[in-house]
Amino acid sequence: MESLNRRAMDMGLPLSVHIDLTWRCNERCIHCYLDHDDPDELSTGELRDLLDQMAEGGAFFLTLSGGEIFLRKDLFAIIEHARLRGFDIKLKTNALLIGQKEAARIAALGVHQVQISVYSHVPEVHDAITKVPGSLVKTLQAIRLLRAAGIHVVIACVLMKPNVGAFEGVQSMAHELGAEFTIDPTITPHILGDRSILDLNIEREELRKLFETESLVGDVEAFTAAPGPVDDEILDGTPCSAGHSSCYISPHGDVYPCVQFPMTCGNVRHERFLDIWNTSEAFGEVRSIRARDLPVCSSCGHVGSCSRCPGLAYMEGSMYGPSSADCEKSFVRTGIPSANMGRAGYSRPGSGPLVQIAGMAPAVSACG
Amino acid sequence: MAARVFRGEAIIMNPADSTLFNLNETATAIWLAADGRTALRSIVERDILPAFHVDREDALRDAGQFAEDLARHAILTLRTEPEAE
Repeated sequence: MESLNRRAMDMGLPLSVHIDLTWRCNERCIHCYLDHDDPDELSTGELRDLLDQMAEGGAFFLTLSGGEIFLRKDLFAIIEHARLRGFDIKLKTNALLIGQKEAARIAALGVHQVQISVYSHVPEVHDAITKVPGSLVKTLQAIRLLRAAGIHVVIACVLMKPNVGAFEGVQSMAHELGAEFTIDPTITPHILGDRSILDLNIEREELRKLFETESLVGDVEAFTAAPGPVDDEILDGTPCSAGHSSCYISPHGDVYPCVQFPMTCGNVRHERFLDIWNTSEAFGEVRSIRARDLPVCSSCGHVGSCSRCPGLAYMEGSMYGPSSADCEKSFVRTGIPSANMGRAGYSRPGSGPLVQIAGMAPAVSACG
Repeated sequence: MAARVFRGEAIIMNPADSTLFNLNETATAIWLAADGRTALRSIVERDILPAFHVDREDALRDAGQFAEDLARHAILTLRTEPEAE
């Protein structure tokens, strides 16, 4: 996958595209970063045209997310069109609206993966996060239907203060259901800029415990080792695939480098997607940035191993700056402060670490 | 199965086992020509030998291995007889 991503970057292909079909939702999760009242979604026709352009440009991995995608009456028409265009499809959903008929249709359409959020194996904990009574029971029913239909299900558990102890229960439940498991102790600032939800991030000691859990990170000694020497190869490296071989499109057509990087590069209602991808000045700037161009991070010993998210840095003030959430993560992981943490005026962010931890095949990676 | 051919090279994902195939130009040409009716040998002789200037025996052997590999992941079906029209 890494070599494919590298090739896509070299060829300038939008290999992976994440489309939020809607920001409407039938849950009201306490950590959600979206504006649920946003109107004016792309129509079925606009989405079909967009998918045609994406296929023409070489896009292959398609994530359809929201909001809750099953609130769109045309969801299956969109998936069907995407499959006709050869896309590999991943759906992100809370699964509340998935019954036997929907599970069978998802299987028939050859969707690769369905990712479903579960916050706890304890109904009261999960339901308090979604603010929908009975939501865990319904979600688990849907997961069983999807598994019975032979669909690859990933259970994603976002960890935050209210469910910090939940991951082992969800992990074993995923195992029993035959689902893959990931945890994500990342709370993203609200897309309109409000950072107050970052207070939900788990405490440093809890994060340290996760980083020392073999079933999540694999080789704990290697994972927590001090960073290696910094060389030119590292300094000439790009931060992540956002804007290089992947991008995000909002329900109303705004194109960003990533869902966590809300810098508008264009809108597919005003320009062709491929024109935005190929000629946008904003994308051009994102692609031009190398580690050595980052004033603080280029002098940091963690620069070669840090999962610095340029989107979180952007939301913190500058895409050339540090993402203090990732500074925190590098520090907790290795015990060595980042260059940013040594600067005057640095204060520990309300934001926590950026990390995704896959359970079935131990691995840890930055997103994007 | 999901697939994309771009600049002569195919990416194929088998959703059943999450196996990702990244085919070179020769393998892509064979995969695209696999119509259920044309024999692998004929595909190699018709599409591969003239276009890629490779040794015939090497090409036939490599094509056979490639087809078996894809068949193991249910990307291709190997038949001894052509598919009915």
